[in-house]
Amino acid sequence: MSLELLDIHKSFGQVRANDGVSLTIEAGTLHGLLGENGAGKSTLMKILSGFISADSGRIVLDGAPLRLSSPRDGIRAGIGMLHQDPLLFLPFSVLDNFLLGGGGGLRVDRDAGRRALEETAGRFGFAFDADAPARSLTVGERQQLEIVRLLWLGARVLILDEPTTGISATQRTTLFEVLRSLAAEGMIVAFVSHKLEEVEELCDRVTVMRKGRVVGESEMPAPAERLVEMMFGRVLAESEPTPPPFGEPVLEVGGVTLRERTLTTSELTLSVREGEIVGLAGLEGSGQRMLLRAAAGLLPPMSGRVRVRGRDLTGRGYREFLHAGIHYLPAGRLEEGLVRGLTVAEHVLLARGEMDFFIDGAAAREDARAAIADYAIVGAPESTAESLSGGNQQRLLLAMTPLDVRLLLMEHPTRGLDIESADWVWTRLLERRDTGTAIVFASADLDELLRYSDRIVVFFSGRALKVLEARETTGEELGHLIGGRELV
Amino acid sequence: MTAPSWLSRVATIVLPIALAFAVALVLLQLAGAPPFEALGLLWDGSVGSAAKMSDTLAAWVPLTLAAAGLVVTFAAGLWNIGVEGQIVAGAVAATWVAREVPGPAAVLIFAMLVAGVVGGALWALLAGLLKTRGGVNEIFGGLGLDFVASGLAIYLIIGPWKREGVASTSGTDLFRPEAWMPTVGVAQFPVIPIALTVVAVVLVYVLMRGTRFGLRLKAVGKNPRSAHLLGIPTERYTLAAFLLCGGLAGLAGAILVSGVFHKLVPSVSGGYGFLGILVVLLAGYRAAWIAPIAFFFAAIAVGSTQLSLRLDLDSSLGGVLQGVLVLFVILLGGWRARRTRRRTALMEPEGP
Repeated sequence: MSLELLDIHKSFGQVRANDGVSLTIEAGTLHGLLGENGAGKSTLMKILSGFISADSGRIVLDGAPLRLSSPRDGIRAGIGMLHQDPLLFLPFSVLDNFLLGGGGGLRVDRDAGRRALEETAGRFGFAFDADAPARSLTVGERQQLEIVRLLWLGARVLILDEPTTGISATQRTTLFEVLRSLAAEGMIVAFVSHKLEEVEELCDRVTVMRKGRVVGESEMPAPAERLVEMMFGRVLAESEPTPPPFGEPVLEVGGVTLRERTLTTSELTLSVREGEIVGLAGLEGSGQRMLLRAAAGLLPPMSGRVRVRGRDLTGRGYREFLHAGIHYLPAGRLEEGLVRGLTVAEHVLLARGEMDFFIDGAAAREDARAAIADYAIVGAPESTAESLSGGNQQRLLLAMTPLDVRLLLMEHPTRGLDIESADWVWTRLLERRDTGTAIVFASADLDELLRYSDRIVVFFSGRALKVLEARETTGEELGHLIGGRELV
Repeated sequence: MTAPSWLSRVATIVLPIALAFAVALVLLQLAGAPPFEALGLLWDGSVGSAAKMSDTLAAWVPLTLAAAGLVVTFAAGLWNIGVEGQIVAGAVAATWVAREVPGPAAVLIFAMLVAGVVGGALWALLAGLLKTRGGVNEIFGGLGLDFVASGLAIYLIIGPWKREGVASTSGTDLFRPEAWMPTVGVAQFPVIPIALTVVAVVLVYVLMRGTRFGLRLKAVGKNPRSAHLLGIPTERYTLAAFLLCGGLAGLAGAILVSGVFHKLVPSVSGGYGFLGILVVLLAGYRAAWIAPIAFFFAAIAVGSTQLSLRLDLDSSLGGVLQGVLVLFVILLGGWRARRTRRRTALMEPEGP
């Protein structure tokens, strides 16, 4: 038995999330799907589970083509999807959650269900209190319940999307054992992750995705540097002309610990001076975003101090950070940067802190035209933010960044942009750097990190593993550190 | 889009109205009433004479005021269900002034209107603070405050403000004549309230179309996260939207006690707030459309009383018509959105 995905295409607006993905998963092998966030893994898995429909392409299970237009079709075909956050109904009991989505008519046979739950759970050494509310389960236990439920529903294919997020080490070990035994029984098991070490530990075979395409496949074990290279692309060493000397410190982070959801960072210390560019490297969710948000005043630290241009702003509000000269450009351009439904002209107006009470429509259009010309935005003053392509949204966000900003904090400045747009964005950023603006940016693109940073801070699960002088490091070293290991 | 946008705008309003009338005709037929005669009565009973026109305008005023306020809260992304209670709060505050404040008509009526605005605004501020500080969704907070306001009015009517000798839910004593809103002509046209309403609608229109406040409010309503990151004080704007809407609703309440009932009655608002929500939905959240749509709603409400008098039908038919109308509008909107989504999905490029 095998599961084949043939030439899957899926676009969201301008973004090609899946661009001709073909993939075969054989029964009996634990198959890993590896790639950075945004590589298109989740989209592919959602297509496979019937959650969204592909624009084109075919899915063949055991020689028979599948038509999946809803999650129900996916379950009927025997495809079980374990979501990152198990979709339980928290106030319901464990048993009711188990029975939800099961077949049968109006009558729910709780006694038979209870026996089935105990029997299926027993196979894997899980034990549940059937009458406890699902709320009382840990994330790991919720996962176990979901796996048991999917198997009981007759899943022949089990897909796990980043299943180790938020579960304990013991639960992870148990989960991996269960997955191995399921694969050994001849099930098709796909393990989706951006964590290299987990794929190395668990999988027999791995497919690597990048930017919506399959970029390589390999039997495991495989050399880590090869996988890193596939994930992030070939790193070209290039030298740039020496930038102007650095000035006064703009950002001083001293012994700061941060907590968001399940991740708590160790003490982070970093000083950034005028005209300096610091890249934050690491797998997504290793603490880079938290540091950026702390520097922007959006995430108050649990301990330590944050100073901006010599002023201690620890615990102060975001607006005081703004006044001190910071500017934060988050990764979610339409979610946290722009406003859906408002036009380019309205955005340009909003970005200006001071404006008259009455809006001068003609002047606003003029300003918008100037911004459009200056930042080469493809769009009109009347275009809405969501009608712009990703690259043009980023250009608009840059146009909205005041010129007197002293510290630019950016997440993935060029994610989803074509090479031309990405180069253009960095040209503009370097212009600002030359006037003394400091830039701190997080990126998953090793090339970008090495090319533009003066220093690179490598994060690994909440720790600043190492600070590298960008000029003295290599892509290989960086790739290893991102995976959590020193190069020996 | 091929058709000009105003044309499709008109179509989205006219088509549901036609469909709603079709349903109403069928309902009338089923009820055994001659449908077209009933519609004729609806017309005569609402705009057929100067007196009826005056009645319709008296209903149009509070409905339009509430709807104008709701345009502001909707722009801020808020479902201000509490608008009904804000009308009542304005009415209570105006009644207090009418009972306690001496002075000639001009002073007294001005004071009542100001009190209405302040009462409604404070009641709305309560819902706003419950949302921004207490984390209570404005729908539930507003609904709760609606009941509290209505309870407060009833308590005052049968308690402290009860009529001499008898406590009755039919209302307080009539105000002294100085507190009655002056009218014009035999048909008693409420000229001052109409003028105030026109000013309010224009004000809201200008505020939302051409000011910094309106633009920032829209940004807060459409994406609070982005607005916050742009440095907009989102809480202040949310509360300002509540204050504005509550003020206009309170003004409507003051006009109702001063110009329509001349006393405080338990159901002083009579659903104008909720009806205002329907008006704004039908207007597509735009200030420019609320005046004509509110007039149409007011005409149906006033005209349908004729049906019960002349055809022995229940006057709730008017409500049914309004409800069906809004359902059709929302249905049509949803259907159009679905269609455009499907079309854009089809136009997307198929790979390289």
